[in-house]
Amino acid sequence: MSWLQEFFTGAPGTTTAVVWGTWVGALLTLCIYSFLYKDNPFYKFAESLFVGIGAAYWLAILYHNTLKPKLFVALFPGDSGEPVLWYRVFPGILAIFMLLRFFPKLSWLSRWALAFIVGMYAAVNLTGFAQADFVEQIYATMTTPLTGGGVLSFILNLSAVVGVVAVLLYFFFSKEHKGAMGVAAKIGILYLMVAFGASFGYTVMGRVSLLIGRMTFLLRDWLHVID
Amino acid sequence: MARGFNIRSIDRRIIFVLIFVAVAIPLIKPMGLPIGVSPPVQSLYDAVDALPPGTIVMLGGDYSPDSMPELQPMTIAFLRHAFKKDLRVVITCLWPASPPLIEAALTPLVEEFGKEYGVDYVNLGYMTGGPVTILGMGNSITGTFPRDYYGTPVGEIPLMDEVSNLSDVALVMEVSAGTPGTREWVQQAVSRFDVRLGSGTTAVGAPNFYPYVSSGQLIGLLGGLKGAAEYETLVGAPADATKGMDAQSIVHALIVFFILFGNVVYFVSKRSAAVADGRSRS
Repeated sequence: MSWLQEFFTGAPGTTTAVVWGTWVGALLTLCIYSFLYKDNPFYKFAESLFVGIGAAYWLAILYHNTLKPKLFVALFPGDSGEPVLWYRVFPGILAIFMLLRFFPKLSWLSRWALAFIVGMYAAVNLTGFAQADFVEQIYATMTTPLTGGGVLSFILNLSAVVGVVAVLLYFFFSKEHKGAMGVAAKIGILYLMVAFGASFGYTVMGRVSLLIGRMTFLLRDWLHVID
Repeated sequence: MARGFNIRSIDRRIIFVLIFVAVAIPLIKPMGLPIGVSPPVQSLYDAVDALPPGTIVMLGGDYSPDSMPELQPMTIAFLRHAFKKDLRVVITCLWPASPPLIEAALTPLVEEFGKEYGVDYVNLGYMTGGPVTILGMGNSITGTFPRDYYGTPVGEIPLMDEVSNLSDVALVMEVSAGTPGTREWVQQAVSRFDVRLGSGTTAVGAPNFYPYVSSGQLIGLLGGLKGAAEYETLVGAPADATKGMDAQSIVHALIVFFILFGNVVYFVSKRSAAVADGRSRS
């Protein structure tokens, strides 16, 4: 099969739907990237299309994965033989309460639903957060230098402890950052700079990865110039 | 400022073109730059590799199509490793868009390794609730996921006869792009149920989770495309992530050059301006 034929009809065995999907995806990708040159109608079209389809897609996904199976089918199982989960009527009522915020006279009811969500998530997350991000992290910081692994490992682990203390002192504002406190705060800034640099580096890597993903799609799936 | 030349006057589109070329050329003509394996990736691989055949592991696929370039290779590499080792895999999703992506990763691997649905692996699909769902799985997986992705009651799936709750799972691999994801798994599953958890995350999220590796709350971590490429290397099946690493390295080198170039021009122009200012005063 020639490249030109493959370009228009896809690789052998490819269905028409996949070929069309690839072409639409490729052209919309180019429309979005055209913004890098300057703002233009092609970009605006693709952007508007994305927003519209995105909203519809998530609505459909949430309806079919959550509302329908968890509420409607649970309350009205029909002939499926499944028991009626009557208690699901309560979350259903809370869901309706959420929508009542669009009606000024009844909008106060939406706070009940919000209060339930906030209260429940606070209760679920509080203990998990305290254990995972507070107790465990403090414990690890205190014990890591003692875990062995050679002189270099000890120095690196100790530097982590120094970093934690220095950054905490930097964010301690009840004492002026002068003298020993000032030195510690400056060390804290250095650690923060390194952390921001690492975070920025990872962010660049993430964004470049997305570009590589799109380029791979264009060059492989659409243009068929790479394997 | 060096007269007649202003760094700010350079058209930014030149940089876009250079980045485009730096990505395209290595993809078209791969250079095969070496990929070193970092300790967090090695430790995760070792933990999975040490499991005896038949062991039940769980894969949490929590991402959407926008993070596929980074996370799909991780899912594929992990599943390949698990199937190669004859581990049995239970798949759950806390993101509604994940199940079709997991299916796309599974289909060719199931054919390649000849795995049977319901015996060697099961896809339980999506369940709303985030941390509450994880908490629920700690008590009862079958109670939390009464049906699989295809609507089959879990009671009719042979593999699920052996999986009551998270304590029946030897290891959980969480591939996540955000919330709910790795942090929720650490907070709910590791802290409460002592689950052995490994994770693969986007590069943007990875720095937030390295402290969990240091503290032992995560047995390993794959960070972004690099992490995926390292795991592919260890599994012995270089794929999309590995192919992308040449481009990644070249673009990083280019960006480092841009940063250095920008700084050099900035300092030179600052000095030139100071010299010019001194002359005009004298």
